[in-house]
Amino acid sequence: MTDAYIYDAVRSPRGKGRKDGALHEITSVNLSAQILNALKERNNLDGHAVEDVIWGNVTQVMEQGGCLARTAVLASDLDESIPGLAINRFCASGMEAVNLAANQVKGGAGQAYIAGGVEMMGRVAMGSDGAAIAVDPTVAMKTYFVPQGISADIIATEYGFSRDDADALAVESQIRAEAAWKDNRFARSIIAIKDQNGLPILDHDEYMRPGTSMQTLGALKASFKDMGEVMPGFDKVALMKYPHLEAINHIHHAGNSSGIVDGSAAILIGNKEFGEQYGLKPRARIRATTKIGTDPTIMLTGPVPATQKILKDHGMTIGDIDLFEVNEAFASVVLRFQQAFDVDPALVNVNGGSIAMGHPLGATGAMIIGTLLDELERSDKEVGLATLCIASGMGAATIIERV
Amino acid sequence: MTEFTYELGKDGVAIITWDCPGKSMNVLSMEAAETLNGFIDTVLSDDAVKGAVITSGKADFAAGMDLNVLGGMKENGAQGVFDGVMSLHNLLRKIERAGMDPKTNKGGKPIAAALPGTALGIGLELPLACHRIFAADNPKAKIGLPEIKVGIFPGSGGTTRLVRKMGAMAASSYLLQGLMVNPAKAKAAGIIDEVVADPVAAAREWVLGAKDADILKPWDAKGYKMPGGAPYHPAGFMTFVGATAMVHGQTMGVYPAAKALLSAVYEGALVPFDTAIKIEARWFTNVIMNPSSGNMIRSLFINKEALEKGAVRPKDVADQKVSKVGVMGAGMMGAGIAYVSAIAGIEVVLIDQKQEAADKGKAYSEAILDKGIARKKVTPEKKADVLSRINATTDYAALEGCDLIIEAVFEDMGIKAEVTKNVEAVIPKDAIFATNTSTLPIGDLAKASSRPEQFIGIHFFSPVDKMLLVEIIKGAQTGDRAVAKALDYVRQIRKTPIVVNDARFFYANRCIIPYLNEGSRMVTEGVAPAMIEQAAKMVGMPLGPLQLIDETSIDLAVKIAKATKEAMGNAYPADAGPVDALMLNLFENGRMGRKSSAGFYDYDEKGKRQGFWDGLAAAHAPLEDQPELTEVQHRLLFAQVLEAVRALEEGVLEDIREGDVGAILGWGFAPWSGGPFSWLDMIGAAKAVEICDDLTARFGERFTTPPLLRDMAAKGESFYGRFGKKAKAA
Repeated sequence: MTDAYIYDAVRSPRGKGRKDGALHEITSVNLSAQILNALKERNNLDGHAVEDVIWGNVTQVMEQGGCLARTAVLASDLDESIPGLAINRFCASGMEAVNLAANQVKGGAGQAYIAGGVEMMGRVAMGSDGAAIAVDPTVAMKTYFVPQGISADIIATEYGFSRDDADALAVESQIRAEAAWKDNRFARSIIAIKDQNGLPILDHDEYMRPGTSMQTLGALKASFKDMGEVMPGFDKVALMKYPHLEAINHIHHAGNSSGIVDGSAAILIGNKEFGEQYGLKPRARIRATTKIGTDPTIMLTGPVPATQKILKDHGMTIGDIDLFEVNEAFASVVLRFQQAFDVDPALVNVNGGSIAMGHPLGATGAMIIGTLLDELERSDKEVGLATLCIASGMGAATIIERV
Repeated sequence: MTEFTYELGKDGVAIITWDCPGKSMNVLSMEAAETLNGFIDTVLSDDAVKGAVITSGKADFAAGMDLNVLGGMKENGAQGVFDGVMSLHNLLRKIERAGMDPKTNKGGKPIAAALPGTALGIGLELPLACHRIFAADNPKAKIGLPEIKVGIFPGSGGTTRLVRKMGAMAASSYLLQGLMVNPAKAKAAGIIDEVVADPVAAAREWVLGAKDADILKPWDAKGYKMPGGAPYHPAGFMTFVGATAMVHGQTMGVYPAAKALLSAVYEGALVPFDTAIKIEARWFTNVIMNPSSGNMIRSLFINKEALEKGAVRPKDVADQKVSKVGVMGAGMMGAGIAYVSAIAGIEVVLIDQKQEAADKGKAYSEAILDKGIARKKVTPEKKADVLSRINATTDYAALEGCDLIIEAVFEDMGIKAEVTKNVEAVIPKDAIFATNTSTLPIGDLAKASSRPEQFIGIHFFSPVDKMLLVEIIKGAQTGDRAVAKALDYVRQIRKTPIVVNDARFFYANRCIIPYLNEGSRMVTEGVAPAMIEQAAKMVGMPLGPLQLIDETSIDLAVKIAKATKEAMGNAYPADAGPVDALMLNLFENGRMGRKSSAGFYDYDEKGKRQGFWDGLAAAHAPLEDQPELTEVQHRLLFAQVLEAVRALEEGVLEDIREGDVGAILGWGFAPWSGGPFSWLDMIGAAKAVEICDDLTARFGERFTTPPLLRDMAAKGESFYGRFGKKAKAA
């Protein structure tokens, strides 16, 4: 089978996903277009250079609706002969875009793709596209639906993680992100965002809170305690699915959960011939991809079975992986991953993660693959695995290998 | 004689009067609906008619649907139910649209409802389809949709109309809890429109003045928006997410009606009205076809009422209404018995050894009445009246003239025997003597009586004023008049009776004790205590076994175990050891249950349950692999239902209706199932035998399949098929 290679990876800085966030004045289409343009310029992608733009995006309503992928292509400098495909696999949408593109290339359906995604969480609110699983009694009861924060707290309870465990991981994420920025480790990928006059808008991840400590986090109130224990009482539903637990231990709060931000990322994927035609050097091979469904109530344990599956399907072991990116949707997700595989925390999210820098839902999956590649190159390692937990009980993973 | 009559006034207003012949309360039958349909056609087609008022010829409007109608529809399967429900929808929709032009919404005839009193179920759904609802200023009248209480939900448009009228949030307590309110509150909530002295006159006047706009329902007008927001409106979204989680958590997923109701509301809210009622009808059909609803109606409505009306009362004994009751012992039970008797209008002599104790017993009634006054449910006059009927004394001479004695002294054979002798010495020769024992055999206690045929057991549950069931126990020599007396008394105090024969723990305790023991046993096996409690609640038990033991107290459990061991001798189950040891462990650690703020659970200073006592896990290491939830549930359920079957086999229980009703009212056995026998019928005897055999092989002989159940499985019989005929004939 044909191999699929990563030729380039770019991302926007992450802006705070609220009214005073630096990217709040930029439209979802504009941000997407700036990222696509950067990829085009850096790689001279004139004409029908790629087969498709596969664009992850979760909240596909209003400005993010109407097949944002195609609108973004048309708003960018890419040729109009390149179509666009908007996809939604919640938090792994950006990763699924990459995996779909890689597998299309491997299968011979075109020689190159742009895959990535965008989410302007400050402009199009998370959840504003509705969700039957939360609100349709037939399916909500069948699946024992609880919101993600409750699910993250179920993981903590079921697998024995304390508030301190979660806070310590959050502090570490902040320390690593700050160090990475100081060391310019994101330099190769970051595309500074500008206005229509070329004036700078944002060139760094602005969500980070350097100096975060166990003490500062200790002051934060558990975010999901009230909705779990009082109104409307999601814990009761959770305990019906996890009846051996006495009570849910609510440990997550704004400081040890992923940040709400605006951001976009894109990856250029192609076969060997594509590189030769455009004079580009492949940076890594996309060795394996996977996705899996899991219990929707605990919802966010997907990285574990996804990783088990991807390793098994490709005859690998956890020891074959040099570096990990496990999306920090909530601290307990990463803690559970480390516990399940007994991996050295020093190898996981080396440059911080979504707790420190934020989690632009539709883009993160592509973003962490780029971050993983940059770090493999910087630390001169070979094989990396990126994985995310996904709403409604799913998981996805990608293994890349430098060439 | 028809159930509806039609009279056209000179003013052009037709008065349609509902008056079921031979019944004190209107209930709707399909034939009656057809008659009403004909009258509505006349109203709409006769040019001489300006409009109509629908009212009742009785003191109340209507109590709801004739529940037997639902059974009839069911005989033709889902299609029969759906078609039947849709025919009601079509009738109500015809009233609501009243001949309006579908495009302009003009030209319809006003139809108002005039409610003289109570309007429940279809008795409110019909008015909701009318254009304006007038209710008499009758504070005793109840307005509401209580269908959920018998395991169904308002299926003749009540669900769809109330939600569209009030919004999902505001309608939720009426639909999900079956809240019933008086007319003033119903008006304040926006369910009805006006409360007046003469609803027919007011309705008539309104009909004569009504304009096109007055009879157009908001949901039929252009631009209608659901109050509080539809499911995908931001505010509505939060309501629906929350409502689903709350209903799921509160019902523990076992009540199909609550789920179906919620789905009808959600799916209906996303489409226009006519589609919404079709959706409502489909979910209603789904609930009716679910055995749970039929079982709940059978046990909680039909059979409960039959037992209350004397279904098992000896037929040829004259009325045994009690006028003066002597209550021996003014402890918690005696005090409660005195209260429920006095409030029912019976003279009470409450006796204890010391005046102080007797007074304390009477003070219990006073405290309950004071609470009622604080809640404006009781007047000071009523309180004085009730208390005047209780004579708290130490003097046996006061018992003169008592026609019933209820003995509620300490559970000790010797003390009870002495009281029996002393009381019989002063009471009339024909008085009935009842003992409120929960553990001692009636036959043994009757030995102290010189009139054993007048000696009977009347077993109350605690707290007496709240618990709905009374278990009447016949000793071997108990005569029919004693049974009739006990039944007539229970009817007077408005509780539900079951009559059983004398055997260890009678019926209710016989079934509940194995449930408590099985729960405790699993703790000793290392099953997570949380799992045990949760499993019980997820089959619809109101309390997990461990919580229930804490409520009833550990020392009582230890006491019962000791007494049982003594009484049974060598027959005492060999496998009871671990459970007895666990109880003793709690007992010796001073953990007596909730009353000592320590039992299986820890409690805070306010008595609120905290986590489990860490001593449990210390003594019984939790299993690495916890059992499947279903296995835990089967153990907890079969522990109870097998005792019910054995009670039937042994003749302790004579009627399965009593077994089902008694289980639900007595110890809260999974009400959604309709009771132990209904539940076994639901899963089928063959499946039950299969589960029993498996449980016996893995967990011991206490799960041994009763021969009766095995026989039924072999013959493909059900309990209600085999024993139901007798029940029906009675």
